[in-house]
Amino acid sequence: MKPVKSRDDEYTMFGPDGPGTGSALERRQFLKLAGGGLIVFFAVGDGLALQEGARGGGYPDDPNAYLKVGPDGRVTCFTGKIEMGQGIITSLAMMLAEELDVPLEAVDMVMGDTALCPYDAGTFGSRSTKYFGPPMRQAAAEARGVLVRLAAARLGAAEEELATKDGTVYIAKRPSKKVTYAELVGGKKIEVRLEKKPPIKPYSKHAVSGKPTLRTDARAKVTGEAKFSGDIRLPGLLYASILRPPAHGAKLKSADTAAAEKIPGARVVRDGDLVAVLHERPDVAAEALTLIEAEFEPSASKLDNTTIFAHLRNAAPRAEVVVEAGNLDEGAKLAVKTVERSYFAHYVAHAPSEPHTAVVQIEGDRATVWASTQSPFRAQGEIAQTLGIPAANVRVITPFVGCGFGGKNQGGQIVEAARLAKLAGKPVQVAWTRREEFFNDTFRPAAVYNIRSGLDAENRIVFWEYKNYHAGSRSSQPVYDIPHKRVLSFGGGFGGGGAGAVPAHPFGTGAWRGPGSNTNIFATESHIDIMAETAGLSPLEFRLKNLADARMKKVVGAAADKFGRTFAKAPTGRGYGIAITDYLGTYVATMAEVEVDKEKGAVRVVRVVCAQDTGEVINPEGARMQIEGCITMGLGYCLTEEIRFKDGRVLDENFDTYEIPRFSWLPKIEVVLVDNPDMAPQGCGEPAVTVMGAVIANAIYDAIGVRMDTLPMTPARIKSERKTD
Amino acid sequence: MDKTIRFKLNGKEVRVESPPERMLLWVLRTDLGHTGTKCGCGEGFCGACTVLVDGKPTFSCQFPLAKAEGRSVLTIEGLARGGRLHPLQQAFIDHGALQCGYCTPGMILQAYGLFLRKPNPTEAEIADALEGNLCRCGSYNRIIAAVQTAAKAMKGAIHEAR
Repeated sequence: MKPVKSRDDEYTMFGPDGPGTGSALERRQFLKLAGGGLIVFFAVGDGLALQEGARGGGYPDDPNAYLKVGPDGRVTCFTGKIEMGQGIITSLAMMLAEELDVPLEAVDMVMGDTALCPYDAGTFGSRSTKYFGPPMRQAAAEARGVLVRLAAARLGAAEEELATKDGTVYIAKRPSKKVTYAELVGGKKIEVRLEKKPPIKPYSKHAVSGKPTLRTDARAKVTGEAKFSGDIRLPGLLYASILRPPAHGAKLKSADTAAAEKIPGARVVRDGDLVAVLHERPDVAAEALTLIEAEFEPSASKLDNTTIFAHLRNAAPRAEVVVEAGNLDEGAKLAVKTVERSYFAHYVAHAPSEPHTAVVQIEGDRATVWASTQSPFRAQGEIAQTLGIPAANVRVITPFVGCGFGGKNQGGQIVEAARLAKLAGKPVQVAWTRREEFFNDTFRPAAVYNIRSGLDAENRIVFWEYKNYHAGSRSSQPVYDIPHKRVLSFGGGFGGGGAGAVPAHPFGTGAWRGPGSNTNIFATESHIDIMAETAGLSPLEFRLKNLADARMKKVVGAAADKFGRTFAKAPTGRGYGIAITDYLGTYVATMAEVEVDKEKGAVRVVRVVCAQDTGEVINPEGARMQIEGCITMGLGYCLTEEIRFKDGRVLDENFDTYEIPRFSWLPKIEVVLVDNPDMAPQGCGEPAVTVMGAVIANAIYDAIGVRMDTLPMTPARIKSERKTD
Repeated sequence: MDKTIRFKLNGKEVRVESPPERMLLWVLRTDLGHTGTKCGCGEGFCGACTVLVDGKPTFSCQFPLAKAEGRSVLTIEGLARGGRLHPLQQAFIDHGALQCGYCTPGMILQAYGLFLRKPNPTEAEIADALEGNLCRCGSYNRIIAAVQTAAKAMKGAIHEAR
């Protein structure tokens, strides 16, 4: 088998038309919208180019990120990234404030507005700080250089004699001789393009970046002033309720809308299979929708939760070789003990707090869109295509987004709102109900894993053969030092590789926070624990013995110090677990303590300790919040979250049966940020969620000696495994 | 059939002409333009739409407008007074007790309702009172800390809901 490059960052669920191409920002238009002030253009680095290139879009060569120093001295950052809770509204502003020497309070963020912000492929993959941060930092350094140049003329001093602080340029030896950025910009429209890039500040000089900082959007969010897409109000706005099929693949046969049309103020519109009731009150539209009598063809899908795994193996497309090293047969000869096991993961919903929502207003051949999306530029392209107008005529504005987790890379609601707005001749809001959210979501793909591995007489892992079906390739490579290994991914994309001859999944699938990784790590790190027991070693000792990476060993050590418990060969009855990963450069080691009620099969997670090395940390407080959130959210896919379905129907429709973590689940959470400022900032929004499945599975094994091979580890499964083990 | 319903919203008398069986959530958000109250699940399973009705935390997506007649409704917009944040709001900021912020209004009002019943709740009582409010971002640990801090800051002197 010929190795092919793993396309780790590819998102496969882009719909039939591929990614939106976006529109190059016209400088004239930008200047008009952005107003006066100093504007510095800069180009993005290789990282983002790589990200965009992987997605096959036709991206503009224009400088694609901007900042502005306004006539009042305030600094505006324009980024195509969006804020969905992950906190970059604060951390990107901190990076900018640091580099430009202005107070954090003087920075305004404009995010995800296609008319104002540089093209961006989307907000996902824990990439904002890592890839958007550096070019923005560089731009800020350039802006500072320009201001110093202007100040030198104003103050009659050489540039070398000047220093900057708090939005002011001053003569270093005579601080009273100074001029503010506001005075320098003076309301003029100055467009400067520096030919030479000034150096950025070394970490040791940082005064803003690296300091724990509270969220800058918190005040708006605790007062109710923060606007989400569903909070946009326009004159004449109509709210849509859309007719949905009862099952995926069920085609509409007929719809009798007469009764719905009798509701005062209700309008029924139809465009092919899209049937909707519009009303100036959303609840009245929803009520009227229930009066539509519709008939659908039955779904062709005959799958359900019990048959899915056999089907997924059968429907597997050709394998992608993620990694191949050494020779598996040679490795097998070195092995004195061999372990083989399969693992399984069910479909999981994103279940964002805010369901997918969009408002579309069409005026002539222009459209304005407010959408809860992780990919505003992609949405721009989709709307343009839907309405048959140029992308440049579509402005997508992204208000605050209420969670994304990958689920808002896809935005069916945006296109629906555009189609309905066109039909209605009025602005239309589409806000999916929770039931629609559970039906239209792109679920984390169900997947199957098979691992065969061997130990030599010294308890070293000598070979590792890994196959996954529909999980995605990310984090499928072992972090351990293994001479003979092969990792195959059948269906490597995060959508679960549905492109084979047989449709793999009965509904849409896509990236889910730490896509691929959270289930690959479940399989890998569960298997490592089995090998540790086979070796007769504690799970901690076995890992350290087989790790060669000093940075990873340091992170594991940091977690162990904080955990403060001694691991021993499992099962010990104490319920301690460990799992580690390298998530795209961020290193994570998590340790957990659980209690298991053997009779009921119920798991209570008592304590979780997570040590993480994210490289340079911009906002330690923000990083902690992300890690804590990852741990808390991760408990759901460990213990309860599973989309149940049958014959194309999704049986879980709301939070009554689809249980997500709540207050009563909360373990004690302790986070250790491993200091590593010499490494460039890495991603933080996803890494810690990816180890949760394995750390809890391993802790359950240590508690009761039952190996859980299927996510989620529900009480019923634990009881069942207990009988068979 | 429309009916005139009168109630107090954040201390001010309001009058709504509407079918009385509509749920309060949609009247607040659409008819009255108070969008701080969010719809998370629409069926009473998530708490994002929590408001106070006569001081009692209430899922407004399950509360018919007719029942609001003559009563006092407090939404997140009514919690700060004269630009001064309520101690709960300040504590949520200070503890970083939110991420996306979508569940935050409901969380704060649920906690406010708890204070009216029990000004100095224990950690377990806070968790129990907020059990029906879901936060997908996973800020639960910080929310509990924020509510504890707010309780201390108020020293039991919770003002009555308007």
